[in-house]
Amino acid sequence: MSDEITEKMRAIIAEQAVLDPSEVSMNATLDDLGIDSLGLVEAVFAIEEEFDVQVPFNANDPSDSQFDISNVQSMVDAVKKLIAAKPT
Amino acid sequence: MRRVVITGQGAINALGHSADATCAAMREGRQGIGPLEFRDVDRLSIQIGGQVRGFDASAHFSRQQISLYDPNTQFALLAAAEAMGQSGLEVSETLAPRAGVIMGNSGGGLQTIDENYRTVYEEGKNRVHPFVIPRLMNSAAASHISMTYGLKGPTFTVSTACASSNHAMGQAFETIKLGNADVMLTGGSESMLVFGGIKAWEGLRVMSRDACRPFSKNRNGMVQGEGAAVFVFEEYEHARARGAEILAEVVGFAMSSDASDIVMPSREGAVRAMHGALRSANVDLEEVGYINAHGTGTAANDRSECAAVREVFGDHADNLLISSTKSMHGHLIGGTGAVELLACIMALREGVVAPTIGHEQFDPDCDLDVVPNEARQADVSVALTNAFAFGGLNAVLALRRI
Repeated sequence: MSDEITEKMRAIIAEQAVLDPSEVSMNATLDDLGIDSLGLVEAVFAIEEEFDVQVPFNANDPSDSQFDISNVQSMVDAVKKLIAAKPT
Repeated sequence: MRRVVITGQGAINALGHSADATCAAMREGRQGIGPLEFRDVDRLSIQIGGQVRGFDASAHFSRQQISLYDPNTQFALLAAAEAMGQSGLEVSETLAPRAGVIMGNSGGGLQTIDENYRTVYEEGKNRVHPFVIPRLMNSAAASHISMTYGLKGPTFTVSTACASSNHAMGQAFETIKLGNADVMLTGGSESMLVFGGIKAWEGLRVMSRDACRPFSKNRNGMVQGEGAAVFVFEEYEHARARGAEILAEVVGFAMSSDASDIVMPSREGAVRAMHGALRSANVDLEEVGYINAHGTGTAANDRSECAAVREVFGDHADNLLISSTKSMHGHLIGGTGAVELLACIMALREGVVAPTIGHEQFDPDCDLDVVPNEARQADVSVALTNAFAFGGLNAVLALRRI
């Protein structure tokens, strides 16, 4: 089930949560992980840097974004879609 | 009449990582200025400064905090922690809305700006870290101090170039005096020692390549420093009621504007500011034993400042001591008046006047007792501290021994 993108995502999220990547479960929510709005913004920045993508994320209204932040799995899926859609 | 006293002090700068260490260095006349160490320093023609050394942010702050704190804010928070610790103040629910923060600052998060300009201009990237704005704003340090201690009263940052700290501390003094707060954390911070910061100053050609030698005939310019100092200003009865140790009383404050030139100082503006501070403090000229000079080490400032002191004090100018501690810690720009207030408090409390180091040649245009090179024992009951900023913005505070 695990792959390179997933592992990188878990590492990014783990850093914000001050956890070991192995402690970041795929169905954990940001609340579960203790990541606040600022932590989320930093994570989005790290994701863009890592994967060279633009994350459609609006910090003013995160729930209104096209980037699904429901849990770790949804974010990984969203990032994979962004990577697949990248112009080659 | 409400009185204002100082019940805590904290600092970090080239002379040390605490107020005590800074004062100890001032007593010894120790040199804090040395070779600058940061990226691309070899491309600068000015390569000396009063840099904070041996500072490891991660020893004091978490990774999340560091992502939000420019060094300017880090310095301010460390100084505030020391000052709060010394004051023994506990911020109750009643005190919180009666306690605030006023900080002086000029460059904001200049290191953050510098780093991120590199990212977008030099590296050609189109993305910067999300916290660039909250890190770089001039008021960030004041906000973080307020958040750290739950101080919910008047809180803001004053930016008047080299006089920022004195204007800030003057506002804190008046805020308490007028009854709008009982406790104010106040002072200033600055962190301009970064490639872009020094490069900009180089352009003005007022910087020395070798040393800051205030009042010495061979002086050749200013030297930059960095760091912060923060004080707990407190209403006298409030401090007494909780049995706080009182370091000194703030008795007077005045401001003036030269309304003449964006970089050249004016004797007349300085005279009015010192006169105003003495009037506000209701002290006689003869009571003033020490003046912490603005004393930048430029030809123009030191000459103009000495002439102003002579005009204000007349014959008493020959009886008082005046020194510039910028010779040791460099010019902290928006934070400088705060670090220099430490020298005034030391003179009042301990009877030790900090020296002007690097003084090599007598200058007839600065014919006052500038305490050259070695600290002096003196019985000082009232001290003034001067700040005369670029743009002619002057602010002078008067302190009394208690």
